[in-house]
Amino acid sequence: MSSTRERPLSPHLTIWKWGPHMLVSILHRVTGAALTVAGLALLAWWLAAIAGGDQAYADFVNLAGHPVGLTVFVGLTWAFWQHFFSGLRHIVLDTGAGYELKINRFWAVMTLAGSLLATAATWFFLLGVGR
Amino acid sequence: MSLGQSATPLGKVKGLGASGHGGHHWLEERFTSVSLVLLSLWLVFSLAMLPELSREVLKEWLGSAWGAVPMTLFIVTAFKHGLDGMKVVVDDYVHEEGNRIALHFLLTMAAIAGAATSLFALAKIAFGAA
Repeated sequence: MSSTRERPLSPHLTIWKWGPHMLVSILHRVTGAALTVAGLALLAWWLAAIAGGDQAYADFVNLAGHPVGLTVFVGLTWAFWQHFFSGLRHIVLDTGAGYELKINRFWAVMTLAGSLLATAATWFFLLGVGR
Repeated sequence: MSLGQSATPLGKVKGLGASGHGGHHWLEERFTSVSLVLLSLWLVFSLAMLPELSREVLKEWLGSAWGAVPMTLFIVTAFKHGLDGMKVVVDDYVHEEGNRIALHFLLTMAAIAGAATSLFALAKIAFGAA
């Protein structure tokens, strides 16, 4: 086989029509990276603040309660649930099941719906219990 | 033909693919993901069930074995899974071998540093030194 011969290329990103499965696929990667970089850094900071004393913890709470901090926490909550549901879907796909077009699309949409609902429920509990 | 050259399944996974090694990393990512399904749900529900997120309440929670042991498992598993995932992202987008290895090294160091910091803080809380 000659490697210099012109070969047909598979279609590039630009000519595919976006669908929920493509969106969920890239969101899995984006949310995973965000959870690792921002989420785990916040986990370490949170634990260090609890260990560090009242002043350190008060500083953490002040930043977390600031509108920017809250946005980050709500965003990470959504990222967590999206990665969670999408991850469950991936475990099923890894067994070789769920590739039929309609089923694949349906569960992709369900991860999006599930993550939004779960984010709302999480914050309902976090804020609703009189914190 | 380069990647498809090997005739056997074993040969295909040995030393081939973007990562340069076989199925071990892929499986480990799945093992940690299944563990994290349980551990992350434990964390979210625990935080939601605590009466308030004050330092006193958190210290008492993480001072008990019911808080400290799952939290230890969560820290180790989450940093491991996050590191595995970030390595895959690097493998997919960084094609120059030297840069790829350097980034793997930096990510590994960052993950170990983050996990060590978290575990030390947790130990301080759990053993009543905080």
